[in-house]
Amino acid sequence: MQEIQNALAKFQDVPGALLPILHDVQDALGYVPPEAVGDIAKALNLSRAEVHGVITYYHHFRSEAPGHHIVQVCRAEACQAMGAQALFDHAEKSLGCASHGTTADGQVTLEPAYCLGLCACSPAVMIDDVVHARVTNEKFDALISALDLSKVRVSS
Amino acid sequence: MSLRVFVPCDSAAVAVGADAVAQAILDQAQKHGIVMTVVRNGSRGMFWLEPLVEVQTAAGRVAFGPVAAADVASLFEAGCMSDQAHATSNAAPNVSPSVMLNSIKHPLSLGLTEEIEYLKRQERLTFKRVGITDPVSLEDYQAHDGFKGLKRAATMSGADIVKEVLDAGLRGRGGAAFPTGIKWKTVHDAPGSQKYIVCNADEGDSGTFSDRMVMECDPYMLIEGMTISGLAVGATEGLIYVRSEYPYAIRTLETAIQKARAAGLLGTNILGSSHTFDLIVRKAAGSYVCGEETALLESLEGKRGIVRAKPPLPALKGLFGFPTVVNNVVTLASVPIILAQGADFYKNYGAGRSRGTLPFQLAGNIKQGGLVEKAFGLTLREMVYDFGGGTATGKPIKAIQVGGPLGTYIAESEWDQPLDYEVYLGFGGTLGHGGIVVHDTSANMASLAKYAMEFCALESCGKCTPCRIGSIRGAEVIDKITRNQNREEHVILLKDLCNTMTYGSLCAMGGMTPNPVLSALNHYPEDFGLPQTEQATV
Repeated sequence: MQEIQNALAKFQDVPGALLPILHDVQDALGYVPPEAVGDIAKALNLSRAEVHGVITYYHHFRSEAPGHHIVQVCRAEACQAMGAQALFDHAEKSLGCASHGTTADGQVTLEPAYCLGLCACSPAVMIDDVVHARVTNEKFDALISALDLSKVRVSS
Repeated sequence: MSLRVFVPCDSAAVAVGADAVAQAILDQAQKHGIVMTVVRNGSRGMFWLEPLVEVQTAAGRVAFGPVAAADVASLFEAGCMSDQAHATSNAAPNVSPSVMLNSIKHPLSLGLTEEIEYLKRQERLTFKRVGITDPVSLEDYQAHDGFKGLKRAATMSGADIVKEVLDAGLRGRGGAAFPTGIKWKTVHDAPGSQKYIVCNADEGDSGTFSDRMVMECDPYMLIEGMTISGLAVGATEGLIYVRSEYPYAIRTLETAIQKARAAGLLGTNILGSSHTFDLIVRKAAGSYVCGEETALLESLEGKRGIVRAKPPLPALKGLFGFPTVVNNVVTLASVPIILAQGADFYKNYGAGRSRGTLPFQLAGNIKQGGLVEKAFGLTLREMVYDFGGGTATGKPIKAIQVGGPLGTYIAESEWDQPLDYEVYLGFGGTLGHGGIVVHDTSANMASLAKYAMEFCALESCGKCTPCRIGSIRGAEVIDKITRNQNREEHVILLKDLCNTMTYGSLCAMGGMTPNPVLSALNHYPEDFGLPQTEQATV
């Protein structure tokens, strides 16, 4: 895949290149395809197990394609103090998918987040790298309705 | 000079609509034929007032907030977005600012920004420019004392810079509060063909955002602090490890680094000297434990973020085995003012062995949430009531967690203790990174205790058993307590388990998770189904 070759060409000789490569691949494709593991391992002189181990260790990296939009809802203490649990429940219900799940139409993936650094304006949500705070159920629904559902790929 | 209007670009301001407000101001200005410049400044850190719009007048900046895009038209109609105050003050230079500003009437008017109590009562040393300048403007940074510290450091020996930081009494602001000067001295004295400065910007603690604000609102301060650190210990490369949850901070840092490099402030021959130092930003990948310095180094090396056993200290064998300074964002950001104003200036703030200031962060269920930089020594009660104004919901405060997810729920009997590293340690608390999360009476402390264990289970690196297994068993035991399944026996078991985690874990993740759990159990036994009188002891 060209995206993988691009990432390898950019970082292969940088010390500690694996995370930057994985980020570039995921930013381009939305996830790190399992078939990329072999190429990355070979380029960095690592075992496939080592690369797989890193991908699965970090919450940020995915091995499966997500929905076209990624909705992260903060579940950490400061947001909990302002009703984040109820907001998360609402998100699951209104999207019709569970935490880490994707809507049936493949449009939206719901992820928990553990702090977006917006703790004085809780509860907070991030949709495809755009932040929203003081989010109510109504505001959440409005944000989801406003998503461009014709988009074909996330940029994260 | 055209009218200058300020709308913050800080992500918390953007999250509550600042971009739309800025656009609405531009649209209205065009409609009214007013020539103005909209500056996207950093946030003042008064987040209940965001989006906070400021208008430059001769008397100083005048603030309006919280402004919604829909309010903008009315601000223009009321004459707020004009140089009216400017004209008034020119005409009558002896009129006091407060009288003069009476000419501007609007329900959202807050008067002169600098006169707002919340801001006026702070002691902003590290955050003195934050909210005032355009974060990526080098001109703004330099016009507000930027690079003064670096200019002085460039004329000093590494050992003298280290001594200045040591004498200032600066301690790690990430949470561990280790004396920064001692860490630097160790790296300075260590032999090494290569040394590194690593900035820990993996600010994962809920209730904290001071690192984020430094990166988004005053990135050159961090660049300057890291460069000084490089000069001090003889390192030529710096890496900033930023959480993936902070895309705005990453973008701002990258822009600032590019501009600094273009201006000769990074790279070779910094400021015309013989010094070399350069920086790169590395994006983290959503692992909380990577905020622990050795896990962070593993991650930077491209590995799983597994905690390393110490020794060897990172100061001696850190990144790729070379001597490495690992400091938090606010620690490094506190360095420029120490070098610019001298160790004595900084040391004169604070209490006991906690010298200088700490940017506290008021978060959660709080009426006036935001950033409060104060010298160590004021009390938690002053912080949450005088600054915070109580809860956002208006209900009484039930619990306050200080120091992030691994921090203690502070009993009300301790709310009048000074916020000071040693005092807090003395009663089993921790100041950590200065995060203060407030909960009202609707909070269930058994749920929060269980959450602390679940979070530890989710984020444990898995290297040591007390953390990896203990956290899972801990959540189960708390469930059994709340379900009244052999409650008394399980309380004993939970305390025993917490003891094992505290003393048997390799790092603070497992070692400090018992803080919120036991403090919740001890101070709020009724939430666990225990009689209030039968308070357990730690």
